[in-house]
Amino acid sequence: MDGDPRPPGFGLGAAALGQLMPMYLWLDAGCRICGIGPTMRKLLGDAVLGQTLDSVFVLRVPRRADHAGALLRAQRLLMKLRDPPGTAFKGTAVPLSGPEGVLVNLSFGYAVREAVRDHELSATDFAPTDLAIELLYLHEAKRAVMGEVMRMADRLQGAKARAEAQAVTDALTGLGNRRAMEMTLEKLLQSGQGFALLHLDLDYFKQVNDTLGHAAGDHVLCETAARLRASVRGDDLVTRVGGDEFVILLAGVHDPAPLRRVGAQILRRMSGPITFQDQPCRVAISIGAVLRQPGEAIVGDALLARADAALYASKKAGRARLSLGLPDGSAQDMVSECDLDAGEAP
Amino acid sequence: MHGLVNKSLQTFLVDTFGMAAWQEIAHRSGVAQALGPDGFESMQIYDDSLTEALVDAAVAVLHCPRDSLLEDMGTYLVSNERMEPLRRLLRFGGVSFTDFLFSLDELQGRSRLAVPDFTMPDLTLEEGGLGQFTLVCRGGLAGFGHVMVGILRALADDYGALAVLDLGAAAPGEERIVIEVHDPAFHVGRRFDLAAETR
Repeated sequence: MDGDPRPPGFGLGAAALGQLMPMYLWLDAGCRICGIGPTMRKLLGDAVLGQTLDSVFVLRVPRRADHAGALLRAQRLLMKLRDPPGTAFKGTAVPLSGPEGVLVNLSFGYAVREAVRDHELSATDFAPTDLAIELLYLHEAKRAVMGEVMRMADRLQGAKARAEAQAVTDALTGLGNRRAMEMTLEKLLQSGQGFALLHLDLDYFKQVNDTLGHAAGDHVLCETAARLRASVRGDDLVTRVGGDEFVILLAGVHDPAPLRRVGAQILRRMSGPITFQDQPCRVAISIGAVLRQPGEAIVGDALLARADAALYASKKAGRARLSLGLPDGSAQDMVSECDLDAGEAP
Repeated sequence: MHGLVNKSLQTFLVDTFGMAAWQEIAHRSGVAQALGPDGFESMQIYDDSLTEALVDAAVAVLHCPRDSLLEDMGTYLVSNERMEPLRRLLRFGGVSFTDFLFSLDELQGRSRLAVPDFTMPDLTLEEGGLGQFTLVCRGGLAGFGHVMVGILRALADDYGALAVLDLGAAAPGEERIVIEVHDPAFHVGRRFDLAAETR
């Protein structure tokens, strides 16, 4: 103790002690409560004076404390109130040099927010050196910042969904675009199921654009999109893959008969006149189709090339018709607009 | 400038002057062109020049003096319901308005604890006679002193204190706020529960 001017052991009044440790307990050798700090008094009331520690608190570390020595041996005390709301405390005990007994200092630990709420504590109930207020501040600051971050994440999520939808949508017609077609085609090929792919091309579209203007051309594209959509099932994919080119994917269709029915439906709808500002826009549609049999090993490009060849065959055979592309590269004439006039079954 | 400042400025302008005014300000300042229709995000850092341009554009569009616009923004930060979390964070500073003033020296450290990359202007409280203080603000947005006057006026009211605040003579790079606290408990202030369940 060389150089330390303090006498061995020094006294401290109850008020001073309360200012330093507002949650102290002064216990006698038998662990009876002889005195409490001001914040403890707010929590427990004066009625606890004279009662044993055990009757007011449920002890967790140490399990039992009927004499002060048990508290002194524990490195850290853990206890909670017997009565509701069962507030939890941690603490430490030191021996007193004057009277027999121990001084216990308690704090709330992690449950400080609940304790402050349950016991309606304010900043002045804590020692100025206690970090409880800073902890409460930090809790709220963290929540405010997290809230901002969550809101930003929500906005980004919404923007991402919109961007993804835009990335697979044709802005003019609202149909899927080439990307949507390629993604779905790849998915169908990988799934192994049978499907039909129809490659469609508008005939005389360039003439409409040249003579009636681009607005008329756009109108024709939108009208065609609507008629194609109306010709297929709700979950079939209709896409616009180029200027006046469309691709339709019919999942599960791998027989000529249903393909023929869909083709007839398209040709029938497209045979109706399209007018723009009272001007008739004369177009026709040529279709090349391919069927992929369930489990058939074929890549998308080969399927598209076969459909393309069938489309070319349709155009060569006089337009407004559907040809089926066969594996040997030839094409089979399936249905034409003329057949419809001759009483084609719907 | 931190997104928190920019976003607060945006929220203040939208709430106070309406969406149409904000859109015009955002367009004139270049914020709309640089950031798109949503404007600022709280948790991003933006170039200081964008904030300056925003304040300049607001002054021009709203035809109101820069000083009073900034002070109104300060008042908004404490008294608007939408800013309740911020009011609470500030109220953690002290049990009375005077106590709060003494905590201003640590405001920088406190805000860094919450948002590590957030830089507040440097604040120093000088004590004069009884209830007499001078708050020296250094750095930050030009005219930050006016924002601070707005914040302190609203907080004095929040604590229920009677205080008179004025922006004193500014030296280059610093602004001085003269504060006289006449009665720390002039009226019953707004309630502040340490562990309130906010929303």
